[in-house]
Amino acid sequence: MASSEEDGTVEEKENNNKKRTISTLATAWLTFYNIAMTAGWLVLAMAMMRFYIQKGTHKGLYRSIARTLKFFQTFALVEVGHCAIGIVRTSVIVTGVQVCSRIFMVWFITNSIRQIQSEESVILFLVVWTVTEITRYSYYTFNLLHHLPYFIKWARYNLFIVLYPLGVVGELMTIYAALPFVRRSGMYSMRLPNVYNVSFDYYYCLIVVMLSYIPLFPQLYFHMLRQRRKVLHGEVIVEKDD
Amino acid sequence: PTATVLDIKALFHKSYPKWYPARQSLRLDPKAKCLRDEEVLQTLPVGTTASFYFSDLGPQLTWGTVFLSECVGPLIIYLMFYFRLPFIYSPKYDFTTSKHWIVHLACMCHSFHYIKRILETMFVHRISHGTMPLRNIFKNCGYYWCTAAWMAYYINHPLYTPPYYGQQQVNTGLYIFLFCQVGNFSIHVALRNLKLPGSKAKKIPYPTKNPFTWIFWLVSCPNYTYEVGSWIGFTVMTQCVPVAFFTLVAFIQMTVWAKGKHRGYLKEFRDYPTLRSSILPFIL
Repeated sequence: MASSEEDGTVEEKENNNKKRTISTLATAWLTFYNIAMTAGWLVLAMAMMRFYIQKGTHKGLYRSIARTLKFFQTFALVEVGHCAIGIVRTSVIVTGVQVCSRIFMVWFITNSIRQIQSEESVILFLVVWTVTEITRYSYYTFNLLHHLPYFIKWARYNLFIVLYPLGVVGELMTIYAALPFVRRSGMYSMRLPNVYNVSFDYYYCLIVVMLSYIPLFPQLYFHMLRQRRKVLHGEVIVEKDD
Repeated sequence: PTATVLDIKALFHKSYPKWYPARQSLRLDPKAKCLRDEEVLQTLPVGTTASFYFSDLGPQLTWGTVFLSECVGPLIIYLMFYFRLPFIYSPKYDFTTSKHWIVHLACMCHSFHYIKRILETMFVHRISHGTMPLRNIFKNCGYYWCTAAWMAYYINHPLYTPPYYGQQQVNTGLYIFLFCQVGNFSIHVALRNLKLPGSKAKKIPYPTKNPFTWIFWLVSCPNYTYEVGSWIGFTVMTQCVPVAFFTLVAFIQMTVWAKGKHRGYLKEFRDYPTLRSSILPFIL
């Protein structure tokens, strides 16, 4: 799923009376991290474009960028750490869910199931992720350096309207395409009888994952829409009191 | 002069029959904490007139009701799997019984545990909190019922594998389980005897003549300690991963509760024994 964190940096917010600043060391690390991630995803974007221009097809594109993708997407795990120690003001759970769903797609779907690597849906979500991540990380970088160009802010809070649903479609189609191969190979599954008295069927697990998009996607999408209204139009949203 | 917040809530209820007192949350300030029912009006920091802010806590259920439904569910669900009702396993196994003695033993232990809990809720526990929101019952029951079904499915499965170390392992698990069940019951009785009926005063629990309560020297919430122990015993007895998972989650949840209670004790009593930890002696 595309990332939908709130504006994560801890800086003095204009509308907020609470002032929370983080140490210089933390700022330096975060700046470095965001620059590195922007660079990484730019490299991915370049590599994908170069492959397509040279070869004219998307077959084999995944294999050519697989290592870089795995490295940078897995490295995003440190963002959960950032939230946990408080240098980024986002909920650990939200970030955790985002990063885990990405890691799940990369390691447990496209990496493990070779046969679907040449599917179009893979290219779809890769493109979506690349654009989203470049926008997001450059937004954080510029924000930390206090020089945020309006177009980056605009991009971050508007592109998702189209990209997020597209990404979800790409991911769902990929998982759906993977199902027959999972069923046939029985991968990651455990059957009875066994010493641990437990069984696990990866096939049904994937079906449950696909169904879970139904409640989760709207929640995250509307969360991003609310963030957008707040940031771009300065609207104060009155939350329903639970 | 001795009018309390509860009287205000009763008057409010008369004008608005929908919001019964347990459902009302009154505060002096929208951002302040909720006022407790027993607070006497004269002690509140207001002048001759006061404004209260009302919020609706939603439909409420008594804690007793919630506990009972949480326990009756797993009891019945486990038995459904034990008797292998249709549509659970392959039709050729319907209404058959397992040939392993351990499966019968596990059923007895599991059922005993929940029957004990039901009886305790009805006769032993003195519940000080009034009610909880309706949504909680779905959350809690959902969790307890689903994990019970998950465990029961594998233990009563026709392809169940008995524990690796055989009868020895089963017996060890059983002794741990029974020991902790008795311990858990002793603690509940001891806690009940602390509180006089109707009073909301808090007292520090101390060990009594019953050896099972001697753990109070080392632990603030031994009922949770014994509960975890029972489930560890059950896990060893059945050698089943879903049971281990349930035990782990229960341990984490009870540790959170125990730490909260422990902190509450430390805040309430200046002379609280320093040797005690919240749930595991010396460790947690």
